[in-house]
Amino acid sequence: MATLPAKFADLEEFARWAVPTERARYALRLSSSMDELQAFYDAALPRLEDAMSYLEQYDVDELPEDGQRLLWLFCALVTVSFPVEVWRQPKVPDSGSTALDAIVEPAV
Amino acid sequence: MPHFTKPSEGSWTEHYGLGTGPISYEDSISPEHYELERDAIFGRTWLNVGRVEQLPKKGSYFTRELDAARTSIVVVRESDDQLHAFHNICRHRGNKLVWNDFPWEETNGVCRQFTCKYHGWRYNLAGECTFVQQEDEFFDLDKGDYGLAPVRVDVWEGFIFVNLDPAAPPLQEYMGELGAGLAGYPFHQMTQVHRYRSEVKSNWKLYIDAFTEFYHAPVLHAKQAVAEESRKLQAVGYEALAYNIDGPHGMVSSWGGMSPPKDLNMVKPIERVLRSGLFGPWDAPDVGLGELPPALNPARHPAWGMDTFLFFPNFMVLIWKTNWVLTYHYWPTSYNTHIFEGTCYFAPPKNARERLAQEMAVVTFKEYGLQDSNTLEATQTMLESRTVTEFPLNDQEILLRLLHKTAQDYVDDYQGTKRETPVRVTAAS
Repeated sequence: MATLPAKFADLEEFARWAVPTERARYALRLSSSMDELQAFYDAALPRLEDAMSYLEQYDVDELPEDGQRLLWLFCALVTVSFPVEVWRQPKVPDSGSTALDAIVEPAV
Repeated sequence: MPHFTKPSEGSWTEHYGLGTGPISYEDSISPEHYELERDAIFGRTWLNVGRVEQLPKKGSYFTRELDAARTSIVVVRESDDQLHAFHNICRHRGNKLVWNDFPWEETNGVCRQFTCKYHGWRYNLAGECTFVQQEDEFFDLDKGDYGLAPVRVDVWEGFIFVNLDPAAPPLQEYMGELGAGLAGYPFHQMTQVHRYRSEVKSNWKLYIDAFTEFYHAPVLHAKQAVAEESRKLQAVGYEALAYNIDGPHGMVSSWGGMSPPKDLNMVKPIERVLRSGLFGPWDAPDVGLGELPPALNPARHPAWGMDTFLFFPNFMVLIWKTNWVLTYHYWPTSYNTHIFEGTCYFAPPKNARERLAQEMAVVTFKEYGLQDSNTLEATQTMLESRTVTEFPLNDQEILLRLLHKTAQDYVDDYQGTKRETPVRVTAAS
């Protein structure tokens, strides 16, 4: 079943990244391999501009459900961009057992 | 050769007379010293506990665990222009008044009155005791004598502060020239909030040290920029545009080279698409800011990008040229642990493009914060070894000297005067 807007059917295989909180997105990043992160990044980055243009037709508080998921998917792209572009590993280097958790964030 | 003008004395540190010798970190590794700081500093200074937007209507409340000050408080809105703060304790037998599930966890909500979970005593939003279960069973009990124990509360630019010391100067006076110099900044427009929290295994002052100097940034965070740019940044190092110190508070003014970058190749691929990064979204929203308030960009430098204010003891405000704000709070829980809170404030995004630009700024903050936090644990453990006891600070670390000197001054003053610990105030009016 499609969970993203039809125009973004090519990203359907990465729909598991469309989760509503930063904490959940970060947890997914830590439990993924670099190959998985790279595959998602490679598929999603070229579609980022298209997604922003598409979503711009809506007020951010009035996104339809599939649009909301598309936004979360690209929030997750932000989350995985660091391992792919910078760290070459899922975790921030030298961050040990440190956690920095979101305790307040926007509903959407 | 400095790139930016320094005071005529040749350095900021000498200009402000803070001494140039090496410093000791004994104040950050001693349990006994921390016990003194709890009363001398956290029991006596104005502490920022929230923003007015967190109390939007009559009956809105939140609790704050002030472990360092040996209490828990509840802050509540009684009316449009009246806030109250109370020690979070029932006057009957001392039960914590407002909590859910876990007594030590902070909570918030909206209520018409406070009712103790234990024996059902009730208090109105002004803290007056309005109901005592089986009142006739007590001996000459006058409810009027059993209001909640009040805590001083006041508001600066929408930030709610409390002070446990009845004798402390008023908040506006305490905030001084730097606080007054930010008056009118449109903090109230920035209601899109992301807050992060971390339990950090270091003394509270060590994290403030890390965030009041940017000498570390080109090194510790080298990988945040593309490789070539990172090498350049490290070769140049860091220099502030200006420092300003007034009383216990200080600020550092910084350049803003990456927002937007001069050359898109200087930044990472995703930043080029999102037009956002470490310095926040590159495109500033309209927040009705006319001329900058006098405390911002004190050098009036055209390359200005961001100012960092430390309001003693544990509240930092970072104001960015592109109209967003970061705040940091450091809540000690022991001599070598504290809770760090970082909060990003933006103008509400109008569309997904702006929302994603903000997400980029927030996530970048988190990546940096994770590096900083863990480095502090490494610092704390080695400082505690006491194998080295004196440490040199450079001119770009001037605010560290200010913080440790100010904290020591408060402890010295407290030990000299030995006033009654203010948190022991019990009278309710």
